[in-house]
Amino acid sequence: MVKPLRDLANFFEEAGKIARFAGRFLQAVWKPPYELRELFHQCYVIGYQSLFLIALTGFIMGLVLDLQTRPTMIEFGAESYLPAMIGISVVREIGPVITALMCAGKIGSSIGAELGSMRVTEQIDAMEVSGTNPFKYLVVTRILATMLMLPVLAMLSNAVGLFGSFLVENLKGGVTPVLYYNKVMNNLAFGDLIPSFTKCFFFGFAIGLVGCYKGYYAKKGTVGVGAAANVAVVLASMLVFVLDLIAVLIADIFYEL
Amino acid sequence: MNQPYSHGHFSGSPLIEIRGVRKSFGEHQVLNGFDLNLHEKENLVIVGKSGSGKSVLLKCIVRLEKIDGGSLWVLGKSIADLSQVELDLLRSDVGFLFQGSALYDSMTVRENLQFPLRRHVERSRGENEESLIRATLESVGLAHTVDMLPEELSGGMKRRIALARTLILRPKIILYDEPTSGLDPITAKEIIELILKVQQQYNTASLIITHDMDCARVISNRMIILIDGINYCEGTYQDLMAVDDERVRAFFK
Ligand SMILES: Nc1ncnc2c1ncn2[C@@H]1O[C@H](COP(=O)(O)OP(=O)(O)OP(=O)(O)O)[C@@H](O)[C@H]1O
Ligand SMILES: [Mg+2]
Repeated sequence: MVKPLRDLANFFEEAGKIARFAGRFLQAVWKPPYELRELFHQCYVIGYQSLFLIALTGFIMGLVLDLQTRPTMIEFGAESYLPAMIGISVVREIGPVITALMCAGKIGSSIGAELGSMRVTEQIDAMEVSGTNPFKYLVVTRILATMLMLPVLAMLSNAVGLFGSFLVENLKGGVTPVLYYNKVMNNLAFGDLIPSFTKCFFFGFAIGLVGCYKGYYAKKGTVGVGAAANVAVVLASMLVFVLDLIAVLIADIFYEL
Repeated sequence: MNQPYSHGHFSGSPLIEIRGVRKSFGEHQVLNGFDLNLHEKENLVIVGKSGSGKSVLLKCIVRLEKIDGGSLWVLGKSIADLSQVELDLLRSDVGFLFQGSALYDSMTVRENLQFPLRRHVERSRGENEESLIRATLESVGLAHTVDMLPEELSGGMKRRIALARTLILRPKIILYDEPTSGLDPITAKEIIELILKVQQQYNTASLIITHDMDCARVISNRMIILIDGINYCEGTYQDLMAVDDERVRAFFK
């Protein structure tokens, strides 16, 4: 077969396998035993590990976004709309997507590498023979934890991002905290938060799913572990954009109504 | 070359009985009608070249790999027909020492030993978990490592902890996948002595895979040579040493 065709075939085969893996997750997640302790532990690890990173990138994004758009807005005499505009773009789009991309890099790769090395050193087999279902203990808990933590991290990123933009407004435009807050909140509806929150949930699912899938089926050898981590990041980041597109299209239908 | 089984000093039905087991990965036929009996309190050693399917055989015994054909009985139960719950119960009677120790490297030694107990609480037999862990660690001579992480341990120590993790459920059978591989000769000897010691202490039967003919000589009551995916020939170490076959003799060089 010609190479592009083979690549395409491989792509669809891989997509099918990931879909089946997701199906297995959806089946396993309801059935006891629930590994609650490991779930909380993973939430802590995933949430806490990424806290600083997410806060920092969120802050810089808000600050830079404000600095960049300010001159144009002033030119149009629309300076007073800045907080509202930044608020909407951060909460609806930039906060969730930046958070998801950072997490794809940080959490996706670390799950891929961790499960990958557990696979090649037979730790997953060892779990299985000692009576613990490794899929439940390792995979279900990690996917759930990323699903739960991503919206939380995105909220943090939104808040810190708005604070960054406020700093610029305050220093350059003399906007007071109360005024800034009011301007943002008057234009942000609850309807902006729901889609943003929901899509973070799916971003988290995608990141956890891909990281776990790649690690769980890592090929033998140290190369396999590296490849698992690497591919997990690339695939998860790509999925974030695809899911974002779908989410925006769906949200758009609702805004029209 | 398949010698009939002729060592009458083992009585009762075998703990593990394997008949004509076949296993392939795609085109690659790894096990091609393999037979084996493991009896109570026996040390059965399997030798074979690298890639001959020794690890695959052990994995079939605990159903980490599914067999394609033949029959495989462990403690009187046909492995292929068990439900997940029955399988988990059976697996708690069969210890598995993995080729690379397979300690959980994010957990301390204590947590590693606790892990099998979380699904088999009944195995602690009312004993206090902590004292059970202590006692098991003492039997491998590493009580002081209880709060350490696997990365702080040497290869030989890891092997011992892995053995302790296997012993904590008091299995009836232990499967050893190359217990001495990657260790220096002195540490390897210590591990061999340890295996013999815990065997006495806990009355287990062992199926041991190895490349190491010194290990095989010291440990085995009986040996099987695995070639071409079959039980090519079996007998005591002395029996096999006397066999006049090019491929068997190659192991004793
Ligand atoms: N999951 C798998 N998928 C495909 N092939 C496999 C798999 N596991 C084992 N094999 C193949 O089966 C053969 C036997 O492997 P196995 O690990 O049992 O060898 P071994 O006798 O234990 O060797 P060693 O002494 O090096 O550990 C090898 O050729 C290997 O490539
Ligand atoms: Mg092997």
